Amino acid sequence: MDLKLKIWRQANTNSKGSLKDYQVKNVSADSSFLEMMDQLNEELIDKGDDPVAFDHDCREGICGMCSMHINGEPHGPESGTTTCQLHMRKFKDGDTIYVEPFRAKAFPVLKDLAVDRAALDRVIQAGGFVSVNTSGNTLDANAIPVPKADADAAFNAATCIGCGGCVAACPNASAMLFVSAKVSQLSLLPQGKVEAKERVTNMVNQMDLEGFGNCSNVGACAEECPVGISLENIARLNREYLSASLTSSK
Amino acid sequence: MKLDSRIPEGPLEKKWQNHKANIRLVNPANKRNIDVIIIGTGLAGSSAAASLAEMGYNVKAFCFQDSPRRAHSIAAQGGINAAKNYQNDGDSVYRLFYDTIKGGDYRSREANVYRLAEVSANIIDQAVAQGVPFAREYGGNLDNRSFGGVQVSRTFYAKGQTGQQLLLGAYSALSRQISKGKVKLYNRHEMLDVVTVDGKARGIIAKNLVTGKVERFGAHAVVIASGGYGNVFYLSTNAMGSNGSAAWKAHKRGAAFSNPCFTQIHPTCIPVSGSHQSKLTLMSESLRNDGRIWVPKDLKDAEAIREGRLKATDLPEEKRDYYLERRYPSFGNLVPRDVASRAAKERCDEGFGVNKTGEAVYLDFAAAIERYGKTEANIQGIDNPTKEQVKELGTKVVEAKYGNLFAMYEKIVDDNPYQTPMMIYPAVHYTMGGLWVDYNLMTNVPGLFALGEANFSDHGANRLGASALMQGLADGYFVIPYTIGDYLSEEIRTGAIDTNHEAFATAEAEVNETIDKLLNKTTKKHSVDHYHRALGKIMWDKCGMARNAQGLQEAIKDISALRAEFWESVNVPGSKNEMNPELDKAMRVADFMELGELMCQDALTREESCGGHFREEFQTEEGEALRRDEEFAFVSSWQYTGNPSEAELIKEDLIFENVELKTRSYK
Amino acid sequence: MSSVLVKFAETQNTAKKMANSGLLGSSIAKKYWMSLTGLFLISFLIVHLLGNLQLLDLSKEGQEQFNIYAKFMTSFPLIKITSYFLYASILFHAVDGIYLAMQNRKARPERYASYKPNRNSIWASRNMGLLGTIILAFIILHMSQFWYTMHWGEIGIDANGNKDLATVVIQTYQDGTAGLIMVLLYLIAMAAVAFHLYHGFQSAFQTLGINHSRYTPIIKTVGAAFSIIVPLAYAIIPVFVLMAKN
Repeated sequence: MDLKLKIWRQANTNSKGSLKDYQVKNVSADSSFLEMMDQLNEELIDKGDDPVAFDHDCREGICGMCSMHINGEPHGPESGTTTCQLHMRKFKDGDTIYVEPFRAKAFPVLKDLAVDRAALDRVIQAGGFVSVNTSGNTLDANAIPVPKADADAAFNAATCIGCGGCVAACPNASAMLFVSAKVSQLSLLPQGKVEAKERVTNMVNQMDLEGFGNCSNVGACAEECPVGISLENIARLNREYLSASLTSSK
Repeated sequence: MKLDSRIPEGPLEKKWQNHKANIRLVNPANKRNIDVIIIGTGLAGSSAAASLAEMGYNVKAFCFQDSPRRAHSIAAQGGINAAKNYQNDGDSVYRLFYDTIKGGDYRSREANVYRLAEVSANIIDQAVAQGVPFAREYGGNLDNRSFGGVQVSRTFYAKGQTGQQLLLGAYSALSRQISKGKVKLYNRHEMLDVVTVDGKARGIIAKNLVTGKVERFGAHAVVIASGGYGNVFYLSTNAMGSNGSAAWKAHKRGAAFSNPCFTQIHPTCIPVSGSHQSKLTLMSESLRNDGRIWVPKDLKDAEAIREGRLKATDLPEEKRDYYLERRYPSFGNLVPRDVASRAAKERCDEGFGVNKTGEAVYLDFAAAIERYGKTEANIQGIDNPTKEQVKELGTKVVEAKYGNLFAMYEKIVDDNPYQTPMMIYPAVHYTMGGLWVDYNLMTNVPGLFALGEANFSDHGANRLGASALMQGLADGYFVIPYTIGDYLSEEIRTGAIDTNHEAFATAEAEVNETIDKLLNKTTKKHSVDHYHRALGKIMWDKCGMARNAQGLQEAIKDISALRAEFWESVNVPGSKNEMNPELDKAMRVADFMELGELMCQDALTREESCGGHFREEFQTEEGEALRRDEEFAFVSSWQYTGNPSEAELIKEDLIFENVELKTRSYK
Repeated sequence: MSSVLVKFAETQNTAKKMANSGLLGSSIAKKYWMSLTGLFLISFLIVHLLGNLQLLDLSKEGQEQFNIYAKFMTSFPLIKITSYFLYASILFHAVDGIYLAMQNRKARPERYASYKPNRNSIWASRNMGLLGTIILAFIILHMSQFWYTMHWGEIGIDANGNKDLATVVIQTYQDGTAGLIMVLLYLIAMAAVAFHLYHGFQSAFQTLGINHSRYTPIIKTVGAAFSIIVPLAYAIIPVFVLMAKN
């Protein structure tokens, strides 16, 4: 198939960017979106032009590095799919496709389609962990039974790949779905309950400091989430934060 | 030169305990003055960085991705082995050790493997304490599944995302240390050289991938945990950025590289569909628990299927060849990866392949769906369920177990695997070879360590499923925290490392020179990918699932010629003072071109078949691998001399005191 | 020099952190207040509607009854106290909402060239600020017309000696073209209220952490029904008054 592309080009964080027009011909319907971008880049390189910079790594939908806003949606039109798992058979011959970076104040553009998502790492650093050191004699893994329902719910929250698609989709550029996924995972497990209050307070503080917007329960995040993190997690975060704020001694 | 593995004295099961008891330690006050650089933030790197920082060392952690959580350990699907014996099915440390040695076709060190099995149980405890949500049973205890090459259920899992969950556990431990300031994270940084001063590793040269700036970093020890080099083959299940450069640069600075030809070809990957393809996708080995692998019995049927005249589901049972069950009745579809891969290649080479390219076999879940459906009908108290009911119920069970994998398959192939059998074919997945390390995981360059897939130590010639996660975390959480002290106890008087030392300046200048050479060319012919693809094709055709002397000799020549052409006319756009992913790729491919040649050299030298290394000249009449223990029970370690194929071979004899060397049989 | 700068930045950060934490400043806390005030305003909507529905009886007795009700509402102490809470809630809900909306705009300085939000969310959810502004403008108009007049404006006295608010209402919506415009504005405002409630009702529960696989569908259904029935019932009143002109 032949496609017209409108791709955001920006030399670096401080320069101004704009959409530029490109064409790719003879794209296989079986290729992934990133393979189509590879094809374009190879053509650009052969012509002596500057290829489009974009983030990607595992290309199997799990590392969370790919981050394109395609035709008005993060990770493109197919639901439950990362950019790398989006295949060209979802497009039609002759389509015009807009490709933009994830946009948020907290995600400055580094170059073209690559953005800096270190803000998400800093939110995890603020409290997205259980404070246990590596130990040669931890408690046996089966010492504390965990109800299967809790373990499954914790797992579902823990599958967040940290791509930032929720931030990109949210009209407010809020990171609540991301934060809530980690808070939920750890607050559902007995191991994480111990420091649940400090965790939720610190993570929310950091989230606010990073300049993400506020959650107004629009729900776009969960709709666009490639791994289906649910809004129930945001409710749980709200609950956890409320109880932490009301009962914390500080 | 001789390599001293420094295996501790004493009986096998006492070695690690004795070693830990006698190892030199660094006191807490001194740890605060010691810096450690860790390259890579996968399971091995993250767990090591977190653990060392917790102990008090100052850690500098490097990853080329935007976040440490992206490291490719995240893509591991099936599970992690541990000798917990929760299932009461006869598992023990010894059995895990034995399975791993045997699975590795007797080409790994007994002492290292035993230690791995010994600490395995502790990994699960540690991960659970961190909040890793493993699958559980209704009683609240951890669940297990079985994996290839073993007869017990010792694999812990979190659906098809075990690697992700374990990595995020290690990442969270790392994040905690970053917030405490004990780890300084350098994301989007790529290590481009090791700096040695007076023979000791004293730091690295790394490139900031955002600004392009080449920078110096000093430390008292450098730990390489940068994963494997499967991307030599261009198409593999590795991530696009996975590279062998850190290990290769270490090799060029004197570290021996061991068993480079031992690569694992994973039997269950989605087949190649066209030339546009940039990577291959694994379908977890856990699928072989329930899927049955087959091709048509008749060549005519295979041909009809390839041409689209016949559908797999239309072929009656008696016309199907479940070749693994036929050849290996006792292990069936759960034979080790190398065996399963070769068997698939054998069938396809004979013309029984089932996709357009003729390079695919079926992985069929119809039987499992029926079996589970019947059980489920019993549970729900449905008497005489209809076929449709059974199928529906069974499909639900299979979906609960493998839903995410099936969905991924459908996205890529555009075919529903619940209705028609999956098509799979082997693909490059893991590299058992890597930097030579002693029992302390230190390379022969003092102060330079290698962990996880980057070292060679634990998997011999073939890695068992769910053992890579085990090794990465064992090395990072439970081995290096002890063993690094043995070296660093000598470094407490060294003081801060001076990066103005001439060795740093020289290394930095060399890196800059390489970059300039890649960018400034009079003739720019082809993109980096063009050369990478060409290299991959040579490697897959001649150093892939089956190898022979003639092919390997040709490959060495071809790679050498390709390398020359690459340096002559590769087209790398852009400049060095900016974010330039093509330049980064070019640097990696340049190293692959040298490493590939060494792999072929190693494969040529090893005149036997073992594990993932299958030399066509050395096979039994039945086509099974023919090991030659008398001549080749050694680790081949290579010392760089200026040209990859002229590297010097150092042999470390493998001594087996606790297991008897047997021909592996899964029949 | 640089260490001084770092120190400065750290103090700045700590100050910011403190200002942002707890039940005062954090993003989530602001939402709790939106939710609580919103739920309070929802409860007010019901009370207010029940009172207003008396206007569907435009007989003399009916009007007098309405005026008794109006007097009671403006003089009974408990209701007066409640009404101050109500004014405060409206103000707080509006100010907090505007502040949140401004912060949200700032969180995405560069907009998307291609943006298809309808594929992932409903219009009402994304436009609570706009809807809220329309409602606020209406409340100001509405209060200036009736509440102000009732308290301090020129107003007649009915047969019982009560301020004749019923007549003020009737005149407002029956006064020729101006009355027609007032009815139209009322209808627009009620449409805004409907959309605002459609999102706001269930959103208030989500913000307070109430999300449960069993109860949330019920909350959503009740919310949707509420957001249609209540504004519709309100809207009937001025239309009825207008139609009753002759």
